[in-house]
Amino acid sequence: MVDVSADDISEVRVALTELAGPGAPPMVNGELLFEFPWQSRAFGMARVLCEAGIFHWDEFRRLLITNIREWEDDHSTHTYAYYDIFLQTLTMLLAEKNLCPDAELDSRQLELSARPHGHDH
Amino acid sequence: MSKSHDHPENLPQALRAEALETLLIEKGLLVASAVDAVITRYSERVGPMNGARIVARAWVDPEFRQWLLEDGTAAIDQFDLEGGQVEKLVVVANSAQIHNVVVCTLCSCYPWAILGLPPTWYKDPAYRSRIVREPRTVLHEMGLELESGMQIRVWDSSAEVRYMVLPEQPLDSAGMTEAELAERVSRDAMIGVVR
Repeated sequence: MVDVSADDISEVRVALTELAGPGAPPMVNGELLFEFPWQSRAFGMARVLCEAGIFHWDEFRRLLITNIREWEDDHSTHTYAYYDIFLQTLTMLLAEKNLCPDAELDSRQLELSARPHGHDH
Repeated sequence: MSKSHDHPENLPQALRAEALETLLIEKGLLVASAVDAVITRYSERVGPMNGARIVARAWVDPEFRQWLLEDGTAAIDQFDLEGGQVEKLVVVANSAQIHNVVVCTLCSCYPWAILGLPPTWYKDPAYRSRIVREPRTVLHEMGLELESGMQIRVWDSSAEVRYMVLPEQPLDSAGMTEAELAERVSRDAMIGVVR
């Protein structure tokens, strides 16, 4: 069990309000639902950047909702892939802010995909 | 749990997330341990498992149960929930004759520190107004059938006082460990819309 400070708790409290409503992540029985580890990494990154003041959650959420709507218009019959859109939104926002341009991200992704199978982290 | 039999770490999204994280770390915009801490915070510390642990303890420990019902705020202090965040917690126990249900008629006050995010319907104006006037009908609509002799008590939360229902222990759970019992407790039972 990780020790949690009062600051953490108040951040969680703010986040609970922020996370509810449109664009809210999938939850089961009040708990966040991650299907794959990368989804929790994406969620964690977004929250850390928001806490660090890199962007406001509202800014992120507005873009997320726009992207969800676009995705629904295109893919209404497919399975809803919340975290695919979440990650796309995060990379879009960081590219917009010139913090992590798409080209850099693409080339890093290519490097990672070229790793031999069974690589160590 | 992964539903895929492929290697999930090789999904394009997984690689993209990893690419993003490594770049942001190199740029000094985040540290991996902060991401770990956030994930832990949300997955282990937020959500109804806190309430479930409290209920399970009350089922196995009669002294704790009594304390919880007399002074919920003090009793849950030991659960490391940063007690001050639950301003005043009142725990109300279901019995064979009494069923309790929680609402916030004014807004959506909720014991978030022990139950996590409120369900959408909890904030619904229809639930908030009707559960007070016609609790039996609303509970019936939500799938809960109560015997006609069962007394229903509705507890209206406020900024000062938050309520949690202590459900009855399932009959088939005798002999289970506290951890096993905690898994049997649902969020909705602690709000009082299921038994």
